[in-house]
Amino acid sequence: MTELAEVVKRHSTEVTPSMGHRLRWTFTDGLTLIGRELGRLRQEPGELITALVFPAIMVVLFGYVFGSAIGVPGGGDYREYLMPGLFAMVTFSAVMAVMTRTAADASRGVMDRFRSMPMARLAVPFGQTGADLLTGLLMLAIMVGAGLLVGWQPHRGLIPTAQAFLLMIVLRYALSWVGVYVGLAVKNDQVADAMVPLFLPFTMLSNAFVPTEGMPGWLRFLADWNPVSALTASSRELFGNPGVPSGEVAWPLAHPVATVLLWSAALLVVFVPLSIRAYRRRGR
Amino acid sequence: MADPIVLAEGLHKSFGGTHALRGLDLSVPQGTVCGVLGPNGAGKTTAVRILATLSDPDAGHARIAGYDVVREADQVRARIGLAGQYAAVDEKLTGRGNLRMFGRLYHLSRREAHRRADELLERFGLMDAADRQVTGYSGGMRRRLDLITSLILRPEVLFLDEPTTGLDPRSRGEIWDSVRELVAEGTTVLLTTQYLDEADRLADDIAVIDHGQVVATGTPDELKATIGDHLDVVLEDPAALRPAAAVLNALTGTDPTMTGDDGLSVALPGGAFRLAGIVRELDRAGIAAADVRLRRPTLDEVFLRLTDRKENVA
Ligand SMILES: Nc1ncnc2c1ncn2[C@@H]1O[C@H](COP(=O)(O)OP(=O)(O)O)[C@@H](O)[C@H]1O
Ligand SMILES: [Mg+2]
Repeated sequence: MTELAEVVKRHSTEVTPSMGHRLRWTFTDGLTLIGRELGRLRQEPGELITALVFPAIMVVLFGYVFGSAIGVPGGGDYREYLMPGLFAMVTFSAVMAVMTRTAADASRGVMDRFRSMPMARLAVPFGQTGADLLTGLLMLAIMVGAGLLVGWQPHRGLIPTAQAFLLMIVLRYALSWVGVYVGLAVKNDQVADAMVPLFLPFTMLSNAFVPTEGMPGWLRFLADWNPVSALTASSRELFGNPGVPSGEVAWPLAHPVATVLLWSAALLVVFVPLSIRAYRRRGR
Repeated sequence: MADPIVLAEGLHKSFGGTHALRGLDLSVPQGTVCGVLGPNGAGKTTAVRILATLSDPDAGHARIAGYDVVREADQVRARIGLAGQYAAVDEKLTGRGNLRMFGRLYHLSRREAHRRADELLERFGLMDAADRQVTGYSGGMRRRLDLITSLILRPEVLFLDEPTTGLDPRSRGEIWDSVRELVAEGTTVLLTTQYLDEADRLADDIAVIDHGQVVATGTPDELKATIGDHLDVVLEDPAALRPAAAVLNALTGTDPTMTGDDGLSVALPGGAFRLAGIVRELDRAGIAAADVRLRRPTLDEVFLRLTDRKENVA
């Protein structure tokens, strides 16, 4: 029997594939979808270059434009102060990246093809978030390079540095599930593209570029509880960069690491089930 | 007779206030092509989505090869292929990249997925474009790629939702050839279309649907027989159109339609019409006819009758 015939037979004779099979499929299908992202990047190297150059441009732009005007609270180099904010901004971009990609699949019928195939049901969202993690890591690496070039560096040694990056990865993964859900909810790539700028306030309304102390009360409250702020604050602390608040600050900024972990857990608890339900929903 | 491989009974589906399906029944014997014919909005896509496990019916049930599309969706998915009006492939990948990816997602080994991709590209004439990004494909090439993607696992039942809508005649012919080849190998095809000639050429049986219900079924010939013969009259003087139409209306009870600027066409309501009698009536009204002819109706005429004047059929 040829292999094709065997696979056909296996698919159609196993009434319910075993738990082990499902898990393995979820994993291998997820890997295939990660490979898909790599294949797309290979086809469109221009997109890759843009994605990679963009963080570097931001470092230079923000670092020298804002850096010339903004004083760092408590003193210190603005570019040292800025880099944790930019890391957080890039981390947050996972929402938009995954949202637009998911919406494109949903509107072009690719998602329907996936759903009409005998695939592991969880593979598609897991593949998409996994693939984003890969591109996210690449972007972070470029960002680190650009940061080092403009004079930023971690000061507290290997372990805290590793912890800071780990927090970024954890939060990025959690945020990418928000993207999956929103993408599945809008189902239309043009709407999703148009929504991208709406996410800008999430990064700006934070301590990433300026301290929150100067903001009006209600705005400051939002900024203090923003996960982007917590991620920025935890990076500043773990890298030993300037801008670590001293004295009276809101709870999330006094405990930024715990806040990032809590935010990540909360986002995953809410958006993983929501996304999976939206993916499986067969009402349409 | 063996059980039908596709069976739908009493399918209902509403979207808000729209009743897309109101008790749709379908039955497709193995190895045949069923043409689901209906105007825009008739419920064709909704029906295909339910049969392909993408959507659940509000009421009624459907089975593919004996498996329930809701409760045994995995079993159904292992047996079907779906290609639609929109090419559901990754535009950013190459044709070969798409087939390999979907092959892997069907759980073929890497080697087998590659082999199958090449086999399909070769067989359906896409080898030359295999390594180009799908964005650069023509409409016909995309549709063909979409079609062969749904063939990776050799499905028992292939659903084609308006596979040639918007294609030029040549690409349409290529899709038709591919469908015929698959049927020759034993695949059962359920094809929706708005094109009568497509159904006429490809389908063994046709189900005409309108407003979410089947309004007629049969072979193309049977359907043509249901509405009786057609009378075509060409007049010598176009000015006589109006009186000629009145005569034909009096004879048949229906308003004739114009064909060209000097012709009239009308369906004969079954049986007792003789060409000679019609000519005599025209003569008596002083109308000179250049040509009077009886003919079998086209499927288009059947379709218009069925979907415009459903009350006569139901
Ligand atoms: N997702 C949906 N939401 C709301 N209405 C829908 C949806 N899908 C289909 N419809 C409506 O159901 C009816 C049947 O649609 P459809 O099955 O797409 O028809 P066809 O494919 O025959 O053109 C139409 O009136 C259409 O507007
Ligand atoms: Mg349709």
